[in-house]
Amino acid sequence: MGDSQYSFSLTTFSPSGKLVQIEHALTAVGSGQTSLGIKAANGVVIATEKKLPSILVDETSVQKIQSLTPNIGVVYSGMGPDFRVLVRKSRKQAEQYHRLYKEPIPVTQLVRETAAVMQEFTQSGGVRPFGVSLLVAGFDDNGPQLYQVDPSGSYFSWKASAMGKNVSNAKTFLEKRYTDDMELDDAVHTAILTLKEGFEGQISGKNIEIGIIGTDKKFRVLTPAEIDDYLAEVE
Amino acid sequence: MSIFEYNGSALVAMVGKNCFAIASDRRLGVNLQTIATDFQKIYKIHDRLYLGLSGLGTDAQTLYQRLVFRHKLYQLREERDMKPETFASLVSAILYEKRFGPYFCQPVIAGLSDEDKPFICTMDSIGAKELAKDFVVAGTASESLYGACEAMFKPDLEPEELFEVVSQALLSSVDRDCLSGWGGHVYVVTPTEVTERILKGRMD
Repeated sequence: MGDSQYSFSLTTFSPSGKLVQIEHALTAVGSGQTSLGIKAANGVVIATEKKLPSILVDETSVQKIQSLTPNIGVVYSGMGPDFRVLVRKSRKQAEQYHRLYKEPIPVTQLVRETAAVMQEFTQSGGVRPFGVSLLVAGFDDNGPQLYQVDPSGSYFSWKASAMGKNVSNAKTFLEKRYTDDMELDDAVHTAILTLKEGFEGQISGKNIEIGIIGTDKKFRVLTPAEIDDYLAEVE
Repeated sequence: MSIFEYNGSALVAMVGKNCFAIASDRRLGVNLQTIATDFQKIYKIHDRLYLGLSGLGTDAQTLYQRLVFRHKLYQLREERDMKPETFASLVSAILYEKRFGPYFCQPVIAGLSDEDKPFICTMDSIGAKELAKDFVVAGTASESLYGACEAMFKPDLEPEELFEVVSQALLSSVDRDCLSGWGGHVYVVTPTEVTERILKGRMD
């Protein structure tokens, strides 16, 4: 902890008004694998790189995109284990809401609850902030929605966003490609092209993951075979 | 004698065409002695959602306060009113929380959905929901209300006719029950307006 005297306790502000532990968490996110999301007119797509440490790892055992409820999915950039903790807490929250109201939790509510957990971990003693940013994709009565949640607990609704390595390149690319009347299929193509931009090596159905949700309000993760079909379309 | 019959009550809700009516008697008694004749048993949750609470008056008021509290928090959090179905689930959950020391109330919930579809439902004191397409009843006069409603109910009534039917059913039922009566209180809710009327019945 040579950085500064204010980096030992995350609940201590530095004189410049920053909480440096949160900045460090954002650094962890920034060096994580690229993830992105695009909100289309009739759905949402989220996608991420799935680079594995060795070719010997069985790629089917790694699932970076998870569903929280039947109509809400999530992807992360940053630390995998921290992500699993958040997924577990979010699923529990969604289930509690359902148990109380017999109605699926609205995307905004689940995002708010998840963000509240992340905020709590920036203010509690004996814990550290989550080293992840989340992209939450959902479809409810308010239509398709895409949210990004950061380690500080702040969250924003996006038309399209990216995080992790190459954020700025990916965001510039998305800014150029995004249109409001985009259909879900176009959004998947754009997502693949954006990933391809900063991808080191040959992109394939096995080293990226894509999750989509359309007007059927069912979130699902595409199989490698389906991704390969999309890849063939963008060639 | 059951604690549900301590104060006496009669509650009924009926479905009409894109509207509903909810009605109650106005008596609050202590067993056979009448204490008040202007007791409120129907509560407004929001413009299109009403809640009737039969049973023990004190528990009804406490339960109402808790439900209003929960609904206000919901409105602030979600920036919308609760759907009738959602509210019914909330009431059910709150009642079951007290499974082994319940509120001695039998609620009646009536509301209009966002698509103007009427919803009515009742439940027992521990939150077992009972949904109905036509009418629901509760309180000490529930037996006679069942009879009256079964005889008088017709589907797809217009608001004015629905008011007549529900009022006649209520007034004739409370005359067959010692613990409820002293006039009635009727709400007819349509997508555009709410009419509230006080009925005079046999005031003895």
